[in-house]
Amino acid sequence: MAGPGPSRGPADAAYAGLVRPLLLPTWVVIGILMVVPVALMAVYSFLTKEFRGGVEWDFTLAAYDQFFVTRGLFGDEPAQIEWTYITIFARSIWQAALATGLCLLIGFPTAWFIATRPARTRGVWLFLITIPYWVNLLIRTVSLKFLIRETGPLNESLMAIGLIDSPLPLVNTNLAVQLGLFYSYLPFMVLPIYAAVERYNFALSEAAADLYASRWATLREIVLPVVRPGIVAGMILVFVPSLGAFLAPDLLGGAKTFMIGSLIDEQFKGSQGNWPFGAAVSMILMSMVMVVLLAYARAQGRAGR
Amino acid sequence: MTAAVEIRRAVKRYGSVTALHRVDLSIADNEFFTLLGPSGCGKTTLLRMIAGFEDVTEGEIRLFGDDIARLEPNHRPVNTVFQHYALFPHMSVIDNVAFGLKMKGVDAATRRDRAGRMLEMVHLSAFADRSPAQLSGGQQQRVALARALAPDPKVLLLDEPLSALDLKLRQAMRVELKQLQEDTGITFIFVTHDQEEALTMSDRIAVMSEGRVQQVGTARDIYEAPVNRFVADFIGETNLLEVEVEAVAGGVATVALPGGHRLTCPSATSATGRHHLSIRPERLTLSQDADLTATVERVVYLGTDLQVIARLDGGTPFTLRLQNAARVAAPEPGARVGLHLEEGAARLLAD
Amino acid sequence: MKGVRHYPGFLAMTLACLLVLYAPLAVVAVYSFNGSTSITQWGGFSLRWYGDVFTGPEAGRFGQAAWNSLTIALIASTTAAAIATAAALAMIRGGAFHGRQASFALINLPLMVPEIVIAVSTLIFFSTVGLTTGYLTILLAHITFCIPFAYLPIAARLEGIEGTYEQAARDLYATRAQAFRLILLPLMMPGVVSGWLLAFIISLDDFIITNFVKGAGMETLPTAIFGSVKQGIKPNIMAISTLMLGVSVLFVTAAYLVNRKGQKIP
Ligand SMILES: Nc1ncnc2c1ncn2[C@@H]1O[C@H](COP(=O)(O)OP(=O)(O)OP(=O)(O)O)[C@@H](O)[C@H]1O
Ligand SMILES: [Mg+2]
Repeated sequence: MAGPGPSRGPADAAYAGLVRPLLLPTWVVIGILMVVPVALMAVYSFLTKEFRGGVEWDFTLAAYDQFFVTRGLFGDEPAQIEWTYITIFARSIWQAALATGLCLLIGFPTAWFIATRPARTRGVWLFLITIPYWVNLLIRTVSLKFLIRETGPLNESLMAIGLIDSPLPLVNTNLAVQLGLFYSYLPFMVLPIYAAVERYNFALSEAAADLYASRWATLREIVLPVVRPGIVAGMILVFVPSLGAFLAPDLLGGAKTFMIGSLIDEQFKGSQGNWPFGAAVSMILMSMVMVVLLAYARAQGRAGR
Repeated sequence: MTAAVEIRRAVKRYGSVTALHRVDLSIADNEFFTLLGPSGCGKTTLLRMIAGFEDVTEGEIRLFGDDIARLEPNHRPVNTVFQHYALFPHMSVIDNVAFGLKMKGVDAATRRDRAGRMLEMVHLSAFADRSPAQLSGGQQQRVALARALAPDPKVLLLDEPLSALDLKLRQAMRVELKQLQEDTGITFIFVTHDQEEALTMSDRIAVMSEGRVQQVGTARDIYEAPVNRFVADFIGETNLLEVEVEAVAGGVATVALPGGHRLTCPSATSATGRHHLSIRPERLTLSQDADLTATVERVVYLGTDLQVIARLDGGTPFTLRLQNAARVAAPEPGARVGLHLEEGAARLLAD
Repeated sequence: MKGVRHYPGFLAMTLACLLVLYAPLAVVAVYSFNGSTSITQWGGFSLRWYGDVFTGPEAGRFGQAAWNSLTIALIASTTAAAIATAAALAMIRGGAFHGRQASFALINLPLMVPEIVIAVSTLIFFSTVGLTTGYLTILLAHITFCIPFAYLPIAARLEGIEGTYEQAARDLYATRAQAFRLILLPLMMPGVVSGWLLAFIISLDDFIITNFVKGAGMETLPTAIFGSVKQGIKPNIMAISTLMLGVSVLFVTAAYLVNRKGQKIP
């Protein structure tokens, strides 16, 4: 997201004459299989739903209307705001925000700790943090569900040591979903913060200490402001995928934790599906994400100047 | 005899920036030629144009009479020692040295043989099978030299090759480089911004500034007979005095010094009027028979020398160096002293 | 005096973090060796569920899914790595050119659009152009989202290689093609390999997009597993999970080692 970096002098322009052929495959593949589809999805969100799951090429605002407006059960009452889907979005934002907070709370100390290890062991710590990320997300989520389910090893062992009398009902709660999101995206928080802390000039902390700042005052007054770009990057990297997450809410949550990902998924499953509505929900989700990313890019551009 | 490298009216522009303005240079065969100048003056640009990494905006570059300005680097029989050596990290030392021969299609046995001899020449035979990362800076430097010399180029280009070495090693390498050049008989074009390096090794030096060649000559020429203020000031230490030229004839000028004395000295200009006079600080003695009078402000102890910082009667600051001999009493701050200019101490500059 | 780098409790946090990350995986790995049919009771150490994976009633289904996953990952990561290598050469060795910024945005687009949105739009695209969903559509989708993952390490590596190596080669009479083949490509190789490995894992890992574009009857390992766990977690799923976990760890370790070994550019 940081931009391509400046191109360096002519010394590194050995392939200047071949730029077009070298970039052609990228343009063709991502252009046809990504840009065109997203544009097509935008068009679909204005089409008419067909009953067996599919579309008719009649342009309408029905999908967006369904999202924002209700006219009662039989469509004969005055138009009012439809809260069902807005609630799902709000819940998703809230869940993603909490997961982001959780990741930050645990991720910052972890990143700091790793970045302050001697250079030799740093790589190993970092490696340990990133390995789980490379394990299949589905398997991780299933494993988490296995661990925390009512009769799972966590509850069993907590009961065995007498900490609790009856199993904690963890699965199908908001907490489980947040834990799942945390588990899914934690490395995205740790890595950028780590990179920022690694570049941090510890003489600044020493100067603060010299000027009578306590350890925690130094953290608050000096460290956090200086490494803020890394923290913001980490928060965005966790928040954005959490917002559209599907597996964690689907496997760990229940009806009460229904999130955007599941809402979209439903629209494309079987004959109850509604493709235009699914496309419209996707458009709204994507617009939200793009707003976050653009705001971030602009803030970064300003800070870079 | 044709020059090894002949540069004619070479211009280099990067968009609106002109890095080189109409450079003319002629470098003789078997010469140790140095491009000397401050950072950003265009030394590297000129060298890279000879090597073929940089297009020539205008002008010609001739190598033993052939215009090579439009040739690809791999078609030019010149080789480069890069500033940070650019040794191929994935090849052994010997493979690095043999690379150029391989590209020229020399058979394996011959190139192994020649690369081995090149390594012998730089005293690194024992390191042939190491990787470049396992060598010290000085050793890497010598591998880079061997690699560039192995294909027997007509001209060797060196861009500040010693700048990454520490002082002791740098001094040792100067001697070694000079020796190597004499042994191989190859023309060396050497880039540096270190004047001591330039003065000790070069047959001739081109002093550059702001994309122009200011003066070309032997070390003695440019030190003793600088043509302009830039060269006089850049090479060594000097005092610059603005003087009135009363007469010039046959390269000798008569000038009026501040304080009234007249002086005849060699001149780089043939025009009268106001010009600058360069006076080397070590060519002055304290004397009753004075050309100039000054007031001492500070005396700095430098070991072999004493540096005396003074002010001429007219108010111009002035420096002189006295040898730190036991017999000579150092002047005290505040003392008024008479200064005598030795033969050749002063030279009238063109600007 | 502990120094300004030390904060009390940060070690504990790190260890807690590792515990949360590894506990579920460790538990599943341990239970995959459970001899009992029940997933809650420990019935002694046994390899029966691993045997079940290969010979049990679901062996055929999972075998076919694994084959699909593997071949798709192989083709997609190789294609993506080749495309990304070419793109990195243009972006990093192409100097300043018109459209550089746009090309960069394009390469990274699959990272910025939410996965579920990619899934939806790709399905809509295939359905509109009339491509029957199946093996080919999965493959095409995978190639697309693998490109930025392959690009990142390749570009990072290429950025670390100074232009002087190729210049030195050219100076020593190598042609452009020779300078690429003998100098730049070997130096880039660690980046290309780790880019390829990461793309491979990402492809193997994908569930959401695959689930949308796979069509009926076509399964990859993640979609097959998802189908199974919807009916509850069974011991053979844990055995499969542990096997996949092993493969991922193997690949990431390889990528890590290749990269570390390749870091030595003096
Ligand atoms: N690619 C480029 N684009 C624009 N200007 C350039 C470029 N390369 C060099 N220049 C300019 O050309 C001038 C000469 O640069 P050059 O590198 O030749 O200097 P140099 O004498 O080798 O300096 P140094 O001693 O610092 O290496 C400088 O003013 C530099 O800013
Ligand atoms: Mg230079």
